[in-house]
Amino acid sequence: MTGQLHSRGKSWRGIVSRMSILALLGLCVSQAWAQGTSQAPQTAMTAAVTTAPGDPIDHATTVWMLISTGLVLLMIPGLAMFYGGLVRTKNVIGTMMHSFAAMAIIGVIWALCGYAMTFGTSWHGIIGWDQSKFMLMGVDDALMDGIPELVFAMFQGKFAMITPALIAGAFAERVRFRGYCVFIALWSLLIYNPLAHWIWGGGWLTGRAIDFAGGTVIHISAGVAGLVAAIYLGPRRGYPKTAMHPNNLVMTLMGAGLLWVGWFGFNAGSSVSSGLQTAQALTVTQIAAATGACVWMLIEGFHLKKATSLGFVSGMLAGLVAITPAAGDVHPAGALALGALGAVICYGAIILKSKLGYDDTLDVFGIHGVAGIVGALGLTFFLRSEPIEGLAMATRFWYQLEGVLVSAAYSAVVTLILLVIVDKTLGLKLSVQGEMAGMDHDQHGEHGYGLLNLN
Amino acid sequence: MKLIIAIIQPEKLEEVRQALIDCDISRVTVSRVTGHGQQQDIDLYRGQEITPDLLPKTRIEVAVNDAFVEPAIDAIIQSARDSESGKIGDGKIFVLPMEQCIRIRTGERGGEAV
Repeated sequence: MTGQLHSRGKSWRGIVSRMSILALLGLCVSQAWAQGTSQAPQTAMTAAVTTAPGDPIDHATTVWMLISTGLVLLMIPGLAMFYGGLVRTKNVIGTMMHSFAAMAIIGVIWALCGYAMTFGTSWHGIIGWDQSKFMLMGVDDALMDGIPELVFAMFQGKFAMITPALIAGAFAERVRFRGYCVFIALWSLLIYNPLAHWIWGGGWLTGRAIDFAGGTVIHISAGVAGLVAAIYLGPRRGYPKTAMHPNNLVMTLMGAGLLWVGWFGFNAGSSVSSGLQTAQALTVTQIAAATGACVWMLIEGFHLKKATSLGFVSGMLAGLVAITPAAGDVHPAGALALGALGAVICYGAIILKSKLGYDDTLDVFGIHGVAGIVGALGLTFFLRSEPIEGLAMATRFWYQLEGVLVSAAYSAVVTLILLVIVDKTLGLKLSVQGEMAGMDHDQHGEHGYGLLNLN
Repeated sequence: MKLIIAIIQPEKLEEVRQALIDCDISRVTVSRVTGHGQQQDIDLYRGQEITPDLLPKTRIEVAVNDAFVEPAIDAIIQSARDSESGKIGDGKIFVLPMEQCIRIRTGERGGEAV
């Protein structure tokens, strides 16, 4: 009896699901038809379905850019989880707050003046400024290649937020929150905005080095800043003698997952279109991440006889960072090569770090800096086609090297100046007591996990 | 043979371990515990001050032969005390007589096994 009822229920469900599939199919067909016809705005039907004739807004691109903006924003909590899981229990809240603070602080600065400084009219190629872009006032109803400029401004703003958040990993577990907040605000104003302007916003490097989605502007500048900060602030108490275990690798893996997904918005969104180049960027992003993770697992398998989860995500990140500057301009084969190269060289860089003994806590330079350089230089050899017609490969390589050197040198020098200023005035390095008690208790008065405390 | 149990502030663990190692006591057991004495602590959650009933502490257990009891106690006091004068919440040391001690690997008993 029950069996009969069961089978009846099953067949009903079958019918319902078949009907819903049919309905879905119908929806897809009608949408496809609507899209097909939207190419020809003269027909009367399309006006009702999609847009009015002569509508200047490119809806397809706008939608993709809105999604990308969300995806890149999601990378920042992803980064908070990634970093948060890697530190010791007593620092988990403080470390996650570094990423979240960047979302808020740069979120305000970018709207106030960051966008104007980066994408305003160039002043001698050094810095942008547009009175109309101050507080995004003039951007309000502006369109840019068919998308509302506000969408572009917000999309770019997410990049400005994640870059200082990346640096925090280099000096994790040993900074004062107040000093950190001021440091990233100044870093964004004096390093990120000018660099992004030079390479993307019409500055003196625009049109020379290829940097599709931020290999130099984001990963190399943050990586080098992290290296300088880690050396300036000195190692954590007890490093490297005391073992310092990650408190929660599960959270790190989830954060890494969010980063991989978010990177589709990061790279494919950087095409600022919704077409062939978007698909190419998305494809190579996927391939490079997968290759990086595979290669790292293989290396660890041979070297340590075990593949670690932290190794997996490191390889994945190395692949993602390496493809970032190249995402729009290389074939899938190039992505495979860059992902593998990124993983191999970063693995070496991290071994070298332990030999040199400086405390880049979460390997910001070892992964982001190094893989960023690998990607920016390596893309020379895998270009789909040279964007500047007739440019020799050697000249291309020189342009790329110039981009790398300029971002690294500028970031290093100004970061050092900012570190000294902030450390001498507000104090950046945490006191010995604070470091021993942990940032959570000392800087925020909270505990990350309730389980240890029976209250 | 004595069993020394010390309850200390979690952030003092590193120093206490080092101090014990310095007087040749390298075998310790450490656990995270919660409890309360006279000390009060204040946490902040969304601007609200909350006084927890139970505070996180660290518990150290060391088994020692009689000659090591006093050096171990001195080492723990010096390393776990907050500044010169000490502070409420620095912790306590309990010294218990220990009937027997056996090393599982070899079956050795008594002072040899400690």
